[in-house]
Amino acid sequence: MSQTITIDGQEIPYEEGQTIMDAAIAANIYIPHLCHNPEYEPHGSCKLCTVKVNGRNCSACTFPAMQGQDIINHSDDLEHDRKRITQMLFVEGNHFCPACEKTGNCQLQGIAYYLDMHDNHFPHFFANREMDASHPDILIDHNRCIFCNLCVRASQEKDHKNVFAISGRGINKCLIINSKSGKLKDSELDINDCAAHICPTGAILIKRTGYQVPIGQRTYDQHKIDEISLAKEHKHHD
Amino acid sequence: MQAFIQSVIDKYEASPVRLLPILRDIQAEYQHISGTTVEQLTTALNIPRTQIISVIEFYSFLHATPTGQYDLLISDSITDHMLGKQDLMAYFASQLKVTIGETRADGLVSLNNTSCSGMCDQGPAGLVNGHALTRLDRPRIDAIVALINQQVPLTQWPTEFFTVDDNIYLAGLLLKNPVTPGEALKARYQKGLAETLKEIEMSGLRGRGGAGFKTALKWRFCSEEAETERYVVCNADEGEPGTFKDRVLLNTYAHQVFEGMTLCASIIGAEQGFLYLRGEYLHLYNKLQNILLERREAGLLGHNILAQGLNFDIEIRLGCGAYICGEESALIESLEGKRGIPRNRPPYPVSQGFLNKPTVVNNVETFFAASKIAVTGGQWFASVGTEQSQGTKILSISGDCNKPGIYEYPFGTPIIQVLQDCGAADVLGIQIGGPSGTFIGQDEFQRTLAFEDLATGGSFIIFNQTRNILDIVKNFTHFFAHESCGFCTPCRVGTSLLKKQLDKIVDGYGSAGDVAALEELCQLVKNNSHCGLGQTAANPILSTLQRYPENYAQQLKDISYEPGFDLDASLETARRLAKRNDAGAHLAQVEDNQV
Amino acid sequence: MTDKLKVATTSLAGCFGCHMSLLDIDERMLELAQHIEFDRSPITDIEHCGPCDIGLIEGGVCNSENVHVLREFRKNCKVLVAVGACAINGGLPAMRNHIPLEDCLNEAYIDGLGVENAQIPSDPELPLLLDNVHPIHEIVKVDYYMPGCPPSGDVFWSFLTAIIAGQEPSLPYELVHFD
Repeated sequence: MSQTITIDGQEIPYEEGQTIMDAAIAANIYIPHLCHNPEYEPHGSCKLCTVKVNGRNCSACTFPAMQGQDIINHSDDLEHDRKRITQMLFVEGNHFCPACEKTGNCQLQGIAYYLDMHDNHFPHFFANREMDASHPDILIDHNRCIFCNLCVRASQEKDHKNVFAISGRGINKCLIINSKSGKLKDSELDINDCAAHICPTGAILIKRTGYQVPIGQRTYDQHKIDEISLAKEHKHHD
Repeated sequence: MQAFIQSVIDKYEASPVRLLPILRDIQAEYQHISGTTVEQLTTALNIPRTQIISVIEFYSFLHATPTGQYDLLISDSITDHMLGKQDLMAYFASQLKVTIGETRADGLVSLNNTSCSGMCDQGPAGLVNGHALTRLDRPRIDAIVALINQQVPLTQWPTEFFTVDDNIYLAGLLLKNPVTPGEALKARYQKGLAETLKEIEMSGLRGRGGAGFKTALKWRFCSEEAETERYVVCNADEGEPGTFKDRVLLNTYAHQVFEGMTLCASIIGAEQGFLYLRGEYLHLYNKLQNILLERREAGLLGHNILAQGLNFDIEIRLGCGAYICGEESALIESLEGKRGIPRNRPPYPVSQGFLNKPTVVNNVETFFAASKIAVTGGQWFASVGTEQSQGTKILSISGDCNKPGIYEYPFGTPIIQVLQDCGAADVLGIQIGGPSGTFIGQDEFQRTLAFEDLATGGSFIIFNQTRNILDIVKNFTHFFAHESCGFCTPCRVGTSLLKKQLDKIVDGYGSAGDVAALEELCQLVKNNSHCGLGQTAANPILSTLQRYPENYAQQLKDISYEPGFDLDASLETARRLAKRNDAGAHLAQVEDNQV
Repeated sequence: MTDKLKVATTSLAGCFGCHMSLLDIDERMLELAQHIEFDRSPITDIEHCGPCDIGLIEGGVCNSENVHVLREFRKNCKVLVAVGACAINGGLPAMRNHIPLEDCLNEAYIDGLGVENAQIPSDPELPLLLDNVHPIHEIVKVDYYMPGCPPSGDVFWSFLTAIIAGQEPSLPYELVHFD
């Protein structure tokens, strides 16, 4: 008999070394997440994947699956908190969806739609953030960065370059570029790098590829993020 | 400049894990770490420049742009406020002709706030170029302003400006009976490893930082790890506002603390230890280095300790101004030359700590107590205190009392006893365990000091009836927003939102719905944050909302809703540019006939 | 009298796109007209709002007049709805928030290309600009939000028919959009 955990009453198997998220994805169960991508080292910072494990809140993407865990993934309380956390990300940055090329394909938006979020609830920070369009092929709009750290990890783990890093403290946290000028054009980032394509929001965009798919026909216009996520990540697991 | 920086790099053997000491030395020499310096370091240390930049931007005492040659930081702890800090700060700024948070145009001086500097029993306090200043008052500020304007080197300033007193008013089991250097180690080798660990187990000693994990268990877990390269870390990053007992222990009982670390090393099998000393205690640095030297000369540290074949040494690392580094895994990150971001757990430091090797991290007081237990035995210690909290606890008492200072009590002591001893009268309430702890009111003074009742890392701040609850909560809430490391969403955004929402109410812009929104936000931050900082950041609000709802209610307006900012003030720029001041150029905060 | 629901609408710092979208319910407008009547609205040209059941607010708050209008709506409407991205988060007008207001006004009236007779208007008839553009929930209490830029005609239809039927408005997944 293999080892099992229970998520929302459903008993699923897991393997030694798997996180709760790994086991869930393998069993085709969606746990909301933004900073997690199975291809990279788990980070555990967005906290959308918070689940109740034997009554205690844990991040599913970093917490190891252990025999007999009784896990709640969907409850009114958890969904409420996830919506509020998503709203925090919306008020922290400057997310003007109508003016963003990523709209409809944006995972932050996809999560918001999935959680039936209609408003931002909190007062806005209207943070003063920069845009870096210096690179010939790639653009960074820091207004849309949610500090998921995926570009940092992709550049380190896949591209072996270290182009990005997280700096600052607290609410002054920021994404920085590894180049003498601090500009993207002087970094080693190349259009073929994984890091250039990993951004879940519209913070890192490829130039001259905009609006190829009309608004209204994009990913999350057609499908909920749980379907999209499982279709991609469950396959990756196999 | 390049030569100086190279000398610093050489001094620290171009070791990337020593990035913080390297940056500290450069900051001390040039008042900042320039872009050119970053480039030199990135090559010499062979680490990405982004790691260096991110460290500079993370720690409060490191800067990318120059501070003044005299960099003044004034402690912003509630205890400093109670001693008149706000007024003194304004006076300082006016006498120095400098704006708070800025460097004077001539580059000579800068003035800013800093989180609690650990001098709560002798404030208002501050730091000048990292050195502690105590008992600030107007005459002293006048003198300091003159010294700065005449550019007198710090070494020639009156020494009494830098006097730091122990103020031990009640010595108990441990403070009264210190061990002599070597005594604990000798006892340990007489008894043997297993027996010594058993004594510590029997003593019931639990971590004195506040969390209260059983010390013997932690040491045993670490010693049982497969990996044999292991480390001992003493957490002296005493950042919880209102706590200063570790400062006193290291000032007067450092031998016993180092002995406790060496004892631990002999049990878990470590060769290297670190004392992570908060940057605010720079004044202790040389003294502690000398004690380490003495111990090496006495055969109590270094190679073949007490001729028992034990090799162990201790390196002192100074922090750079980040409360979060008191969290053990953030502290380890900091020791490794990185930003202080708490790690995901598991794995815990006992299995993967410093450089991912098994590491014991204990509080100063824990090592201090362990030394004595090794000498006197576990039973002696366990016979004091309560069943679940054995032994004594050293308190740092500050705020409204006659004798602020250090007190050692057996666990189980009622709060009322403490209040009598330190001469506190007309008490409104006490913040126990610092901002991350609990606020208790008058009807709770029969409660006891104990892990099972009122746990504290040592902070004990007393407020009398003249104090305003909301001022206290505001100070604490701002503190957490300033110290959040920013790793996880709920704490990074949540602590800033808590600050906004609390300020809205305290500043008189709140309505009934705002208190409900505040409470909801508190729960959100508490339940979803990554580490103890976020999980406790809402405690000041939650514990006072529960006990003093009327204090919040008094601030509220009987309206359905009001903006959280000054509407009329946000028309000021437009008024000025349009040169208008007619009635239509103003906005009432609340509509006149709104109910 | 009538038992039709009274609806008021206005556009603050908005583009009237949301109002155009309301008209996109097309022939359903006739059915809607059997259940509601408009009070203050660009559709009626009524200047001030009387007691209403529903207030639909398009646009964020960028100037003093917006504040007055918003308060009039809040005072008179039982249910106040933030309609569209600008009312909900400030929208495109809020993209000026990271530029100091003084720079904005100087660019527009003093230093900008093609400016003649450079001066910042000071006519008391003109509302003054706030330092920042705010979503309406930062000024008054808001009961419901209709996201979208603009919310589609179907969103208006779904929302208004729910209210008319005395139900709690909710939006199916395909109607939740921020663009």
